[in-house]
Amino acid sequence: MSYFSDIYNGIKTLLTGMSVTGKYFFNARKEIITQQFPDNRDTLKMFDRFRGEVVMPHDENNEHRCTGCQKCELACPNGTIEIIWDRVVDEETGKKIKVIDKHIYHLSMCTMCGLCIEACPTDAIKWSQNFSNSSYDRTQLTKVLNKPGSKIMPGVKDKE
Amino acid sequence: MNIPLSITKNIHDWLFEVMSAPLATVVEKVLIAVAFLGFFALAGLLLVYMERRIAAFFQLRLGPNRVGPQGIFQTIADALKLVSKELTVTDKADQFLYNLAPYFVIVASLMALSVLPFSQEFHAFDINIGVFFLIAVSSIGVIGILLGGWSSNNKYALIGAMRSGLQTISYELSVGLSILTIVLLAGSLQISEIIAAQQEGGWFIIQGHIPAIIAFMIFMIAGTAETNRAPFDLIEAESELGAGFHTEYSGMKFAYFFLAEFINMFIIAAIGTILFFGGWLSPFGITESIPMLGIMWFLLKVLGLVFLMMWFRWTFPRLRVDQLLTLEWKYLLPINLFNIVLMAVIVWLGLTINF
Repeated sequence: MSYFSDIYNGIKTLLTGMSVTGKYFFNARKEIITQQFPDNRDTLKMFDRFRGEVVMPHDENNEHRCTGCQKCELACPNGTIEIIWDRVVDEETGKKIKVIDKHIYHLSMCTMCGLCIEACPTDAIKWSQNFSNSSYDRTQLTKVLNKPGSKIMPGVKDKE
Repeated sequence: MNIPLSITKNIHDWLFEVMSAPLATVVEKVLIAVAFLGFFALAGLLLVYMERRIAAFFQLRLGPNRVGPQGIFQTIADALKLVSKELTVTDKADQFLYNLAPYFVIVASLMALSVLPFSQEFHAFDINIGVFFLIAVSSIGVIGILLGGWSSNNKYALIGAMRSGLQTISYELSVGLSILTIVLLAGSLQISEIIAAQQEGGWFIIQGHIPAIIAFMIFMIAGTAETNRAPFDLIEAESELGAGFHTEYSGMKFAYFFLAEFINMFIIAAIGTILFFGGWLSPFGITESIPMLGIMWFLLKVLGLVFLMMWFRWTFPRLRVDQLLTLEWKYLLPINLFNIVLMAVIVWLGLTINF
């Protein structure tokens, strides 16, 4: 007797499948996920996990969180990051501390692996969500992440 | 030749006025042929566009929307590209059969197109064995597929073609028997009489209630298999056979196979419309006073059934060969035979719903 129950189950499961796809079809107007890219370049927002390029966020006083510890430089498998640094005397303690001069990031060599961001002890660098980073001139892909004249944020220290 | 012609009487009368009778007949035939060829190309392109848009919506995409408003000229652009491409042939292909195969497919679907009634007056070829002619002609197309697969000298094409032969032989039975169920109800094979019977007593899907609905379901399943569309697209299963029987075809010859597939879908949907949904009849006879609107109703119903077939395609996964044969020989065929007896009893006892 499984013959008739097979037919019944067959029809039932076919209709279930069709109702699932039918719901997608009739609600398609609202949920279309296609981005019509070049047209919406100005309004397109990438999702949080998107890895555009590495940036160093600065606050309103032009201060960043990079101590110049070079852990990102060591973590990078491609040599994408170069840090030019100096030692200066700290006014409060009188000790000599490391200060970055330039945090240089070669986007052309970056594979977006994210090891530098994981390695950073002070969360000085993070992913940005910008896209379409290609360029006609490769010198434009070499970026200095700290803004000119920026300082380290007070209170951010290397772990001893 | 005694072919009843009823396409727009005015053109007919005018032609016979301005030229002699034999010449006028020839000119008339040529005009009809050109009209059907034009319809063939246009409907094929529009159906391809419709398929792509509908598939996109099922997958929450947009589909082609760049060429022309909402992308309606996309398929025309594609066809132009295919026209400009080289027609390649494999080294050891059977040249004659290889070149002949696409025309078999095209001619078969064009012949089937000729008996379709687009409205009461727009009916090119109303023979007394119309439905029989439709079944007979629509299965000629498979010869083209078999020839194409055989002559390309390619193992994938050959396997695809053989599968197509197997599938058509099996499912032709179900199409035929489900049509026979409706012919029992109509009492005629002539398409105009089948529609006239529905004009009096309501569409057959209502008139024949349970057996008609069963017959309709079987017809749609077998019809989808007949047109070699998913979930029965074993003959061009991309994951197994490359492109199946048309692996070696390029350019316009490939486009012929492609267009014919969509026209076959149109024909199956049109047969379904004629037999179950009253052809060009309007629902409840609301526009019976304007016969020209019959074309609109006919095309609307056909596109509805075409949409149903596209819905199947984007829902169901492809069957295996053994599942294909099990479905036909163990399920559809016995149900169909039982259904014919049921329909005969219902017609005999007069249990049809008439209003």
